[in-house]
Amino acid sequence: MSEDILDQLTQSDYKYGFTTDIETDIIPIGLSEDVVRIISAKKNEPEWMLEFRLKAYRHWLTMEMPSWAHLEIPKIDFQSIAYYAAPRKNAPQSLDEVDPELLKTFNKLGISMEEQKMLSGMAVDVVMDSISVKTTFKESLAEKGIIFCSFSEAVEHHPDLVQKYMGSVVPYADNFFATLNCAVFSDGSFVYIPKGVRCPMELSTYFRINAINTGQFERTLIIADEDSYVSYLEGCTAPMRDENQLHAAIVEIIAMKNAEVKYSTVQNWYPGDKNGVGGIYNFVTKRGICKGDSSKISWTQVETGSAVTWKYPSCILLGDNSSAEFYSVAVTNHHQQADTGTKMLHIGKNTSSHILSKGISAGKSQNSYRGLVKINPKAENARNYSQCDSLLLGDKCGAHTFPYMEVDNDTAIVEHEATTSKINEDQIFYCNQRGISTEDAVGLIVNGYAKEVLNQLPMEFAVEAQKLLQITLEGSVG
Amino acid sequence: MLEIKNLHANINGKEILKGLNLVVRPGEIHAIMGPNGAGKSTLASVLTGNQAFEVTKGDVTFYGKNLLELSPEDRSREGIFLSFQYPVEIPGVSMVNFMRTALNEHRKYKNLEPLSATDFLRTMREKKELVEMDNKLANRSVNEGFSGGEKKRNEIFQMAMLDPRLSILDETDSGLDIDALRIVANGVNKLKTADNASIVITHYQRLLDYIVPDFVHVLYDGRIVKSGGKELALELEERGYDWIKQEVDGK
Repeated sequence: MSEDILDQLTQSDYKYGFTTDIETDIIPIGLSEDVVRIISAKKNEPEWMLEFRLKAYRHWLTMEMPSWAHLEIPKIDFQSIAYYAAPRKNAPQSLDEVDPELLKTFNKLGISMEEQKMLSGMAVDVVMDSISVKTTFKESLAEKGIIFCSFSEAVEHHPDLVQKYMGSVVPYADNFFATLNCAVFSDGSFVYIPKGVRCPMELSTYFRINAINTGQFERTLIIADEDSYVSYLEGCTAPMRDENQLHAAIVEIIAMKNAEVKYSTVQNWYPGDKNGVGGIYNFVTKRGICKGDSSKISWTQVETGSAVTWKYPSCILLGDNSSAEFYSVAVTNHHQQADTGTKMLHIGKNTSSHILSKGISAGKSQNSYRGLVKINPKAENARNYSQCDSLLLGDKCGAHTFPYMEVDNDTAIVEHEATTSKINEDQIFYCNQRGISTEDAVGLIVNGYAKEVLNQLPMEFAVEAQKLLQITLEGSVG
Repeated sequence: MLEIKNLHANINGKEILKGLNLVVRPGEIHAIMGPNGAGKSTLASVLTGNQAFEVTKGDVTFYGKNLLELSPEDRSREGIFLSFQYPVEIPGVSMVNFMRTALNEHRKYKNLEPLSATDFLRTMREKKELVEMDNKLANRSVNEGFSGGEKKRNEIFQMAMLDPRLSILDETDSGLDIDALRIVANGVNKLKTADNASIVITHYQRLLDYIVPDFVHVLYDGRIVKSGGKELALELEERGYDWIKQEVDGK
């Protein structure tokens, strides 16, 4: 089915016609060594970057799409995807032309008119598509020696750092989607926090999929040098789309001695309509390494979108006394499928990790937690605590938990707790009787359930996330 | 304000209310007593719109409106409050957040602006004092980890916050020790005005020592079979329900 749609779209690609100056940015549909070279050339990349891409591309040809996740994914034709963002062909001229359902969601989220126009793909004075990165307060950051720029800029201006760290956490041959990203990544963000610097503000990037039928392949690299601290936010909202969209990002985090990195995501890619048509396929490889002693990495994610989510933000606890956290809320409704969790690899001594996963399933969705806690033989006194809770709304959805543990050191203490519960009618009636509608009641109850995770988010994100949870679950009860 | 005519209601196909009639006017307190299984709690559930029950016959009007056509939340917004026999726990949802959502929904229904955070917290403080509720309770999640007495006190606190026109107290005395009972009853009495009314459902006369009813009704087998003044409650306390059962069944 998805192939048909993709075919239709690829075949009708040119009927809108392009102006000459835009045409220069068009790369043929499909993937080949030439396409990789063109992408690299368009970005004026140095030779080493091209070599990296080609090495990945050649390796990717030998790989197969993984099938171990608890997901049903229609076959993806990688030759029918454009690997470099083309500008919108039929961008709406005003908000009147935008799907009213989408606008309703924007309004409920409290998104401003200007931003709504941007999110609907209207032409506004903001750089868009995969080459865009919104870099705010760049100058004041520069004063402290902080580098916060697009990945392309980093390749150009900080090649030493990029060469040293790119692929050091997620190697180019890591997995099918990561390798694909290495070959064709479009752009992304780069962050470097120098020694002893505490980043004075939350760093945020606003990723969106904007071009029709264009896979989005971002790359983010965050390096926190010794004794530094940074909190990074990533938020996504994708406009309504009919066709499946592929998204395969890589995030790499490196935390040196005593450094702390906090990475928060609110992910709201278009999940498809009520019948499961359309929606984004999100295959993400996120991994951090606590490289230095006493370093700390914390992942917080609120996942409400995507037709398919395949995502396991992980940590390698290499430094002694290092620690890692993973806080996750994953909501699925209608026909959404999510297979998400984390991996904690304990290598250093006295390392500790904490996993808190809250899954919420509604409609006919499938929600899986998949986690691995691995304690290496040399990881003396490692400590892990995992808690995986599932909340079910209705009786047509599924919640699954796949916790794996590999403990090769007797001094380790590894704990796992899991619960499954349902929102019960008594709770909803109790709220009703106080004047709260069923939908608002579900929102309240779900937000209460997810509170421990939401509390980890920076303030402004927490508010947005709360609304998102409620909107995602609208119509799922009663 | 409330008029119930020939009310019949089922749960899972079993008829529980079998032609109940009751009229409640502003300023009145009605006690509903009766043996187990008579339909007391069913009456509370039906009046508040619990979907587990099906009304098969009869009319209920509240200030002239057909109550049975309103959603449970609209009945609440119209001013009907139920103090639950078994208040529900909602983990992770703070009392502050819960009450604020509820109160603002009530205000929205009346075309009023939402209460500001300061005004809301002030109201909350005042009402807490009324039911001698601990500050700590208000900061906790709704009923989570509350003792039986704390839950009941929390119900009365919510009643104070929402200021209903008709409050239904379903076995509010059950599980309360004598001190808690006095506090809860005092709260109810303080909230009493000439414009609002209460239906007090209870097994025992003891609550009625504190909340003095204008009318006492005996509910038996889905109907009100006897009504009287507060002295009826004393008589029931003394003689039990058997004589009433005999009276009714004997007919």
